[in-house]
Amino acid sequence: MKNDRRSERQEEAGRKAAMAALAAAPAHLLADLWAAAGLPEDAEPVRGPETGLVTIRGRIGGGGAPFNLGEATVTRATVKLPTGEIGHAYALGRDREKARMSAIADALWQDPKRRDLVETRILEPLRAALAAADRRRREETAATKVDFFTMVRGED
Amino acid sequence: MYVAVKGGEAAIRNAHRLLADRRRGDRDVPALRLDQIVEQLALGVDRVMAEGSLYDRELAALALVQSRGDLIEAIFLVRAYRTTLPRFGYTRPVDTAAMLTDRRISATYKDLPGGQLLGPTFDYTHRLLDPELAAGGPVEAPVQRAASDERMPRVSEILAGEGLIEPDGELPVDRDVADITREPLEFPMERDARLQALARGDEGFLLALGYSTQRGYGRTHPFVGEIRIGEVELELDVPGLPFAVPLGRVRVTECQMVNQFKGSAKAPPQFTRGYGLVFGQSERKAMAMSLCDRALRAREFGEDVVAPAQDEEFVVSHLDNVQSTGFVEHLKLPHYVDFQAELDLVRRMRAEHERAPVADAAETREAAE
Repeated sequence: MKNDRRSERQEEAGRKAAMAALAAAPAHLLADLWAAAGLPEDAEPVRGPETGLVTIRGRIGGGGAPFNLGEATVTRATVKLPTGEIGHAYALGRDREKARMSAIADALWQDPKRRDLVETRILEPLRAALAAADRRRREETAATKVDFFTMVRGED
Repeated sequence: MYVAVKGGEAAIRNAHRLLADRRRGDRDVPALRLDQIVEQLALGVDRVMAEGSLYDRELAALALVQSRGDLIEAIFLVRAYRTTLPRFGYTRPVDTAAMLTDRRISATYKDLPGGQLLGPTFDYTHRLLDPELAAGGPVEAPVQRAASDERMPRVSEILAGEGLIEPDGELPVDRDVADITREPLEFPMERDARLQALARGDEGFLLALGYSTQRGYGRTHPFVGEIRIGEVELELDVPGLPFAVPLGRVRVTECQMVNQFKGSAKAPPQFTRGYGLVFGQSERKAMAMSLCDRALRAREFGEDVVAPAQDEEFVVSHLDNVQSTGFVEHLKLPHYVDFQAELDLVRRMRAEHERAPVADAAETREAAE
């Protein structure tokens, strides 16, 4: 029973991580990887792709009560595979094709037989690209870190 | 009698066609692409997103082109577009402590954990125009240096350890978060509604009010505890999924203003705070917002409301540049009938004035004002 719940939680964490990589993906990179991966594209649209708004929330003082900061465009899609899996996608922006591909990828990921393919052909390259871009950004920012030093003036 | 007058359709049509032509300008000059605006006029795009209250770079860039670079017109276009889209919900509150930072500075602590990171700033430039930019020469790649994994706590956490600063603003937990886009404004407001209004308020208006507090109109003795700019993750709870769905990241600017102390018989003296959070890289706006947030808390701290920046109804009613421009600019639309009525009135008053004895003249003048 306990193991069941743990594996369920792992499954959820893995799916969330997959959706995170897809949402963060630049559309052209996802399209290129998808074209090269040769994954099945058969899927019945259940909802969307459609664009709408989410209201972004912040917290007063950074960590206090929530408040509404403003809106952002989000595009979502839901698809159903011929084998029955239902895939969802949500991502900032208005790219419908990206949402459709992401929803199919989410559905395929849920099929244990095809999960590895989605992981190796799509998600791993996406994560690697994002990690490299983030590392470069961090290192560029790090070069602007102020190193303070004290100047001794006069004698004694 | 009221006679409706119609006309001007052809003139309007031709005016809009002329506008399109002037917007495009000299056809020998290449047309701007949206990606050029997003990449090279990024802070203008950020301002349109912040005051248009819609995070979408391409749409903000399109609005900038369509408005010929008129920022308030662009903001107006973005606001109008927002109303055409369905709403999917509210994200979980962003965690600015976990930001992927591009810039982080403090004016109160030299050696704070995580350090002072200048990032891509105009500070310390000499504000000299650069003719090389006009020539379009090559640009050097930025310097890179190994980045540390050191945690970068918000500066408020450092002072909070000693109890010397008021905590992050709390409101009752069972309360619905205010949303000024759904409910009409009501005064007095809670701080959450006020911050939402300030976040999309006009930068120039908030800047002037913030400046006025520094010059003595509602002084708050501010220090920049911290400014940070960078990307935060968004997550949305959706029905049918057991976890919050990641949406990607947005860039925001946060300002923690630390202000002079308050204390009472019950509470020991401690620093008070103003908070600013804005879409994009918008440091000036985030600072102005935090100054205004603190000034508008006057009632909460039992301070006398004596200056414009402390007057909630005045500030919040006039900070929205779309509303302001709507009411100011409507004056140029035809008011022929209203004016005709005024003209009749002044003629009648003039006739009475000429008939009346001299002693009544002062009274008549007063009535006309």
